[in-house]
Amino acid sequence: MSTTDLRAAGTTSSGAVSESTTNACRMCMPLGASLAFSGVEGTVPFLHGSQGCATYIRRYLISHFREPMDIASSSVGEDATVFGGESNLRQGIVNVTTVYKPKVIGVATTCLTETIGEDVGSMLRRAVDPDTGLAREFSVEPPILVHAPTPSYAGTHADGYQAAVASTVATIATEGETTDSITLLPGIVSPADIRHLREITDGFGLPTTIMPDYSERLDGVTVARYKKLPPGGTPVDQIRATGHARASVTIGGLTTPGVTIAGEVLAARFGVPHHQVPFPIGIRLTDAFCDLLTELSGNPMPEWLLAERGRLVDAYIDGHKYVAEKKAAVVGDEDLVVGLSAFLAEIGVTPVVIASGGRSGKLAERITACAPELEGRVEIMDDADFTMIQKAAEQAGIDFMVGNSKGYRTTRDLGVPLVRVGMPIHDRMGAQRVGHLGFRGTQELFDRIANALLEKQQNESPLAYSYM
Amino acid sequence: MTTVLSSRLGQVARAGDGSADIVCDKQSVAGSVSQRACTFCGSRVVLYPIADALHLVHGPIGCAVYTWDIRGALSSGPELHRLSFSTDLRERHVVFGGEGRLEDSLMELIERHHPSAAFVYVTCIVGVIGDDVEAVSRKVSERTGIPVIPVQSEGFQGSKRQGYDAACEALLRLIGTGSTEGIGKHSVNLLGDFNLAGEIWIIQEYLKRMGVEVVANLTGDGRVADISRAHGAALNLVQCSGSTTQLAKDMQKKYGIPFQKVSYFGLDDMAGALYGIAEHFKDPEMLARTRDLVAEEISQVLPVVEACRKDLEGKRAAIYVGGAFKAISLVKALRLLGMKTALVGSQTGNAEDYRYLRDLCDPGTIIVDDSNPSELSTFLAEEKCDLFVGGVKERPLAYKLGVAFCDHNHERKLPLEGFLGMANFAREVHASVCSPVWQFAPRFQSANPVEV
Repeated sequence: MSTTDLRAAGTTSSGAVSESTTNACRMCMPLGASLAFSGVEGTVPFLHGSQGCATYIRRYLISHFREPMDIASSSVGEDATVFGGESNLRQGIVNVTTVYKPKVIGVATTCLTETIGEDVGSMLRRAVDPDTGLAREFSVEPPILVHAPTPSYAGTHADGYQAAVASTVATIATEGETTDSITLLPGIVSPADIRHLREITDGFGLPTTIMPDYSERLDGVTVARYKKLPPGGTPVDQIRATGHARASVTIGGLTTPGVTIAGEVLAARFGVPHHQVPFPIGIRLTDAFCDLLTELSGNPMPEWLLAERGRLVDAYIDGHKYVAEKKAAVVGDEDLVVGLSAFLAEIGVTPVVIASGGRSGKLAERITACAPELEGRVEIMDDADFTMIQKAAEQAGIDFMVGNSKGYRTTRDLGVPLVRVGMPIHDRMGAQRVGHLGFRGTQELFDRIANALLEKQQNESPLAYSYM
Repeated sequence: MTTVLSSRLGQVARAGDGSADIVCDKQSVAGSVSQRACTFCGSRVVLYPIADALHLVHGPIGCAVYTWDIRGALSSGPELHRLSFSTDLRERHVVFGGEGRLEDSLMELIERHHPSAAFVYVTCIVGVIGDDVEAVSRKVSERTGIPVIPVQSEGFQGSKRQGYDAACEALLRLIGTGSTEGIGKHSVNLLGDFNLAGEIWIIQEYLKRMGVEVVANLTGDGRVADISRAHGAALNLVQCSGSTTQLAKDMQKKYGIPFQKVSYFGLDDMAGALYGIAEHFKDPEMLARTRDLVAEEISQVLPVVEACRKDLEGKRAAIYVGGAFKAISLVKALRLLGMKTALVGSQTGNAEDYRYLRDLCDPGTIIVDDSNPSELSTFLAEEKCDLFVGGVKERPLAYKLGVAFCDHNHERKLPLEGFLGMANFAREVHASVCSPVWQFAPRFQSANPVEV
């Protein structure tokens, strides 16, 4: 029985009724939408809701990426809550346009505006209409306005991210003559991962639009003059062309039922062939990703990547004994934990507890598909919180956890190392540079895991050994 | 040039220009990318450090997630406040109401954690769907025997300030429910100190040495039982004036307790606060003890300040913090380090605070209410600041431009209150401003070419 079934039945695996959540394992939909919009060139994310949502989300993402992060709010107050927030939304768009001169404003709703029933789609159409629009009322020509519905109670941050990517292509993509290019839709990964994906598709000689691409906007350089709109992001022209790309490839894409992903939108609307692969973590899943790129490009794996693969196999073998037969807990977004679990399984670690705050209902099925050897040997929890995770980890007995900073408290209580991956990582430097994907990302993960275990062993050893 | 939205022009001024009062204490302008949060945030930050209470956020998950243990409010005992509890509302609750979910959550969590009281934070959506949180709280309180107190903190009510008021109202429901027996005449409550990095312990130590009894901490390292008897104290000390002045006024009205606004930041304000207390109690011996204490503490801190000042003299600083009272202390503290304040602002200051800042600051200093990244980053560059004092959201603005930074917010890991706090502040400012890394920042690059 999956955790979702247990929840629906009103019980958890421990048998107790659980209504509340303690120490959640997910964030809200508007956060994911803000992150995705940040990866579109010249875009300002804009939350239609009360002021706090934008500020909290900024604060949260800033402490992960350590970059300025401007997210606007329509600052809905009591009056607007009662009478509707259209004038706040319009005024907000005018002000953002005046100060930032953006190419796109990505408007995501919040639980407040969804619940009071704001028809944001119509409001935005009125805003750009020549008769009822901002140009007439305020003499301000609005940029492209994208609308993502993201009520916090309906899904997770990962769903909000996917909803924003889907809305962006749905609004901007156009028909046209099919190009040589593919569209790569990577899911929530680090800026370092996005840069690496770019290297890989370049390596296959495959023209690629990565959407969204916040690798530069959320991991930028120090500047002499501040740029209100940080450079980088997926160019709007390239997003237009996703409607007539040769194919689209979604990496991951597990979402709560009801949330459509961009690849599906492009397939349904423009007939762009859509491929979906798991996060390429570990050798098996990275091979699968590369096989797809070979199929799409007609080119074999480039030499340098083959060499990285070879070095990773070498590292696996050099380090296998230090990780062998260890037990781990894996925590994070669903797409990430699928990849991590498959990777851990192939190095001889059993991810005895696999948990996500996600609610796709497909987590167990995907894990079994990617790592069949885990079937029946692991506890898989979706819609989990850290109270459930800690209990399961205690029962199973774990040697380490792979997950974001939110696992710190649990690992501290259990006295085991936490290898930080995913988001948020806000108690360490370098979240932007954590590699997860490809042979290179896997290499980093493998070394970090092996070293965390060695460090623990060394700290606890009376031998104080200095050779291994 | 700085782009200030026309609707915000009244919220930006310069010291010494003699113009009208700064516009403040109003809802953020839509689309201005304000640095401040919402009513819920205001309530949550004030009540958060009451360590033996259950803090249940009634709403969808976001509000609870973003306030999970984000503040370094330390506790000398229980640490219930460091967990993040939410009713985690789903679509079906939005449609059918969340009262049942709230009641079950409260019962479940009270049984699991045995708190001394429970606070239920009402978020935007609960205000809209109209759950009767008051009725559920009353019911659960009767069943469990502990106070269950709703905090009317719907985010859309306004800015953080409305949240402070909601928190004060919640506290008022606890105060007066306990026995005041055995409370001495030289007794105080500490209002608006959140015990970040253990700061309240520094202040308590000073008070102990002066011979002053602390009845209740509202709210840093707070305990429900202490707060319930806070009405027996002889004096209220209001440290964060924005958040708890209203409570002090209400307690004065209801229980006749006078209050003093104090600041524990910087040498002048810290000493001033302690002298004010001693003078209030009109006890010559206490006054003498206070003089000795201040002299001794300052003598230990001054050498540190002097050493840092040598390198910092003449540097320019920008300040943007939550409360204006804190900003005032910071202007003085920076002056002690030989630094000039070029920009000072806050999220929630009132007209009186800003008038004081205008008088205090050198002519030309920019004074700003409810600012945003666009304005702050431009001012920072135009005013050629060497240091920015602010919080998490300001830090990357400074760093992106290659400007030093001092964290003076709820997440600081270093105590900045007290005399010792001034030494810490001086060291932190020095460590950042004088770091060699700035030579590589584009705005300084090529100033110091190295020949090899």
